[in-house]
This record gives sequence, C-alpha cells and structure tokens, in this order.
Amino acid sequence: MAELEAGTTQRLRPLSPHLQIYRPMLTMMMSIVHRITGAALYFGLLLLAWWLIAATSGPNAYATFEWFMGTLIGRVILIGYTWALLHHMLGGIRHLIWDTLHGLDAAERELLTLSTLIGSITLTLLLALVGYLAMGGPQ
Amino acid sequence: MSAPLHMRTPMRRVRGLGAAHAGTGHFWHQRITSVAGVPLTIALVLIVIALIGRSHATVGQTLGSPLIAILILLFIINSAYHMWIGMQEIILDYVHDDRWKLPALIANTFYVVVVAFAAGYAILKLSFGV
Repeated sequence: MAELEAGTTQRLRPLSPHLQIYRPMLTMMMSIVHRITGAALYFGLLLLAWWLIAATSGPNAYATFEWFMGTLIGRVILIGYTWALLHHMLGGIRHLIWDTLHGLDAAERELLTLSTLIGSITLTLLLALVGYLAMGGPQ
Repeated sequence: MSAPLHMRTPMRRVRGLGAAHAGTGHFWHQRITSVAGVPLTIALVLIVIALIGRSHATVGQTLGSPLIAILILLFIINSAYHMWIGMQEIILDYVHDDRWKLPALIANTFYVVVVAFAAGYAILKLSFGV
C-alpha cells in the first residue's frame, strides 16, 4: 500500500458518498437533530443533578439555583433542555415505530418526521407557558 | 414481511460476537432503555412543571416522597445507561485516533457514573431525610 501511495500515478479509488453529496431532506435533518439533542441531553443531566443537589443542600443552595433559572440564560437553557428532551423522546418513538417495520413508505415517514418536529415545538411552548404562569405570570 | 421475534442476528447466537466483539447487545439495550424512557420522561416533565415556583420546603418534601423519588431515580439510572451507550456510539463514529478514542471512552464512563451517582445520591438523601 505504501509503495502505491508513494508512486506518481496514484489510483483514484471510488469513495462512498458522504453527507454533502445529498440534498438535505427532512428525515435526514431530523436524524442529525436526534443525535444533537441526545448529546445536549447528555450534558443536560447536570441540570437535573444540580436541581436535586440544591434541593437537598438547603434553602440557600436552592435559592441560588432558582436565581440562575430566573435569569435569561437560565430560562433559555431550561426551555432548550425541555425541547431537546421532548424532541428526542418523540424522535425515539418514531424510531421504535420504524424498528417494527411500520411507517416506512415515503408519505408515512415524512408525516411521522414532521409530526415529531411540530409536536416537540408545540409541547415546549405549552410547557413554557405553564411554567411562566407558575412563576407568577406577568407582574 | 413479518417482524422478527428478536433483534439478535443468527451470527450473534452462533458466535456471540460481532464487529465490536460484543454482538448487538448495545443496540438492543438502547431500545429497551428508550422504551422505558418514554413514561419516565413524561413523569419527570410533570413533576418539574408541578414544582416550578414552589418553596424550597415543598420541593424537598415532594421530591423525597416515595413515588416521586422512585420515578426520578429510575429516570436517572435509565438515562445514564442510555446516554452512556449513545455517547460511546458518537465517539466511535467520529474519533478514529486511538490516542483520543480511548481517553474519550473512559471520560464518557467517568462522566456518566459521576453525574448519575451525584443525582441519585441527592434524591436518596431527600428521601431518607438525613
């Protein structure tokens, strides 16, 4: 192999097509988003750990946690985590359906994929509204 | 085409091996934990939404009550294993250099164990009230 590569006439071997070859499609984009949300949730578990540790550490630690969650960054993280969690869950359900060999023809898979996206966004907005009202709403 | 009764390949049953010398174990475990993850995630979201804006005392008492604590503990254990497999898969997909791959795989295990243990410890401490 090394001798071949060192030679002046290197043979061009066919490569399997990679991501940039394909036109972006919804199912493909949602597959990528599924992995990205999974990776985000991996670090997002720190948020749950912080919440539980703060709750068991005492009122001061809990007040710090609540203060952070009340800031703009905290709210963006919380809403982002919620969306990632719900999107990954709905995407996971879609994959489980596909694992049973159902919903795989063109129209069905597009519908399933679009449903997970619309579903996760709708549920997140709904939960954000409930959370906002639980925090006291407009004051 | 009828759905297979099991997800293990004939080769796995014959030799107990695959390309990773571990068969399809992780593939199967990832699906089992995803099935369990659906009700546990719904439970966690409902618990969190019910506790937003509540006082520290109320939150501590609720999180420490048996049913809630068990649900959250199950969520933590299930998610930890699921995300450990998931991150390992991501590392194996993108990190090809052994000098980075091995430390990354070890870091994955350490991170998951530490976060799951910390969160699990906190919920048990709330439950037992010590």
